[in-house]
Amino acid sequence: MEVCILGVSHQTAPIEIREKIAFSKIQLPDALKGIHSLPDVKECLIISTCNRTEVVAVVKKGGRGIEEIKAFILKFHNLDEGALYQSFYVYSSETAVSHIFRVASSLESMMIGEPQILGQIKEAFQCAHDACTTGPFLNNLLNQAIRVAKKIRTDTGIARNAVSISFAAVELARKIFGDISGKAVLLIGAGEMSELAARHLISNGVKRIIVANRTWQRAQDLAEIFGGEPVPFEQIHDLLDQVDIIITSTGAPHLILHKSDISSAMHKRKNRPMFLIDIAVPRDIDPEANKCDNVYLYDIDDLQIVVEANLKERQKEAKKAAEIIDQELARFIKGCALMEVMPTIAQLGIFMEEIRKKEVERAISLLPSIENGQRQVLEAMTEAIIKKIIHRPISRLKDADDPEALKELVNATKKLFDLKD
Amino acid sequence: MNILCFKLALAAYLAATVFYLIFLVSMKKGMARMGQAFTIAGFVLHTAAILTRYAEAGHLPVISLYESLSFFAWATILVFLICDYRSHIPSLGSFVLPLTSISLIYTLALPSHIEPLNPALQSAWRGIHTISAFLGYGAFAVAFCAAIIYLLQERQLKRKKPGALYYRLPSLETLDFLSHKVLAFGFPCLTIAIITGSMWASSAWGSYWSWDPKETWSLITWFVYAAMIHTRVAAGWRGKKASYLAIIGFLFVMFTFLGVSLLLKGLHTYG
Repeated sequence: MEVCILGVSHQTAPIEIREKIAFSKIQLPDALKGIHSLPDVKECLIISTCNRTEVVAVVKKGGRGIEEIKAFILKFHNLDEGALYQSFYVYSSETAVSHIFRVASSLESMMIGEPQILGQIKEAFQCAHDACTTGPFLNNLLNQAIRVAKKIRTDTGIARNAVSISFAAVELARKIFGDISGKAVLLIGAGEMSELAARHLISNGVKRIIVANRTWQRAQDLAEIFGGEPVPFEQIHDLLDQVDIIITSTGAPHLILHKSDISSAMHKRKNRPMFLIDIAVPRDIDPEANKCDNVYLYDIDDLQIVVEANLKERQKEAKKAAEIIDQELARFIKGCALMEVMPTIAQLGIFMEEIRKKEVERAISLLPSIENGQRQVLEAMTEAIIKKIIHRPISRLKDADDPEALKELVNATKKLFDLKD
Repeated sequence: MNILCFKLALAAYLAATVFYLIFLVSMKKGMARMGQAFTIAGFVLHTAAILTRYAEAGHLPVISLYESLSFFAWATILVFLICDYRSHIPSLGSFVLPLTSISLIYTLALPSHIEPLNPALQSAWRGIHTISAFLGYGAFAVAFCAAIIYLLQERQLKRKKPGALYYRLPSLETLDFLSHKVLAFGFPCLTIAIITGSMWASSAWGSYWSWDPKETWSLITWFVYAAMIHTRVAAGWRGKKASYLAIIGFLFVMFTFLGVSLLLKGLHTYG
């Protein structure tokens, strides 16, 4: 019995191959049952997302489980071996466990720290569980993987900082204002990114949203979508002192807001801080405006720099996550070893108990006048002897760190006491 | 007894300093919680130290430099704990605790015996004067730390290249709001200290105001903070400018508190 993983991912195969190997939700139960019925496969589950398709299986050690699964996948999707073989990777035993921990913790994802993968793993587990293709080993492994992933999300910062432009803008707003729920936003112009940023700000609870656009109809439409108020484009200068965050993304070839506009607005709003996000190219706001006190002007490149810094920060955190995975892997292996040793320990106990019972019966048959109290003393004494004799061997078995040494000990115990499997 | 309590308090503050600094580097919330726990423990021990010393001396023990620095640290920690409870900015602890710990380590080199109080100075005004002056100083010290954090974070945001501090420090408005609140508490304290001080002077020396260096410098300090509050309300000097003023104001406080006593001779001992 050995756990192994066979799969393709964004790291080994382009989308043209991944899409051929992926299993749709409808196909999954059949595929699971098919793999489960292979002669050398004991347990299996399939993780299939747009970035990876992996079969996690418990196979017979030294058997042909991997080849069987590979052949099954190719047959299932009607594919030729040739070109695809290069794309597959195989992990077994420890590296397989470590890999599944890494995948669940999103360390193997295209974007480190992305939140979807854990949900996808849970779904895959549920699906395999419903199809009855998982057993004690995979159930334990997946529960551990989910626990480790959660631990990593809370104990490290791999998911902490925004890695998209629009989220980075919201985070910057939080670094400036702390709580943005009472703030007012002015959206000038329209565009995918600015609308996304506005949406994030709204979901973070900004109080007021004002929409200005060259076309009045467009301003009205956007205002309706965001639950804001439309204003004519000509009036934006009168509003500057009332808003805390401005997002601009017009197609204008020239500046829309000059430094003097901003500084006079700052004067009117008594220097309460202002956050200006200029997503337009060419830019809408004079870059000099950043020199005004308490004004923070970010253009698209600035936001990109923040995103890159955030990514680096996540990569640093990924190292911490890798350390946690190493610890958890060691714990998992230890747990598995204990599971292997438990039956032997139980057998040893039963073996001793049988001898004790037999001998006690014999002794009692030789002592016809024995009283109940004396009988209890005899039982207690023999029990104590047994306990003391097997205490040390059992602790040696439980404490063995090295799996090889443990195996030797288990075998020796079985041989010495002539225990059967 | 009071010295032992004091040393234990200092040990707790040092532990809190270590935890708060680890928090700043690692950003682990557990570290900040440990820092907070040790700060509270230190504060309780410190309070016990001051109370037992009070009992032994028979008067509020703020006469020697040793006692004054200790009382200053106590007031700073008190203001910090209130801020921490109200607005929870653990990274403030990473600045306040080292500052207090260093000033307390310095006291270890000072003579710590109890000095008798000049009977002429025995007055009901003394308690109010001393306590309000030191609460004001404590508030100014916390505002000073908040101002430094503000300037660090402001620089990160203006430069648009987020460094290690960007991720670790709180938001600008939180800091600005905090230092404004703290100053709004510290300024009346300083005002009360000056008024009760002149009452006390009149009962002890027979004159309300005698242009003693301490009196002069505390008046200057009072004007600095008055100017800060005025410019904020009237001209909207907030953020960066207000932070610079908070730092300058604290330098005046330190000069009034220590510089005057050490460099210029006057009627005050310390404090």
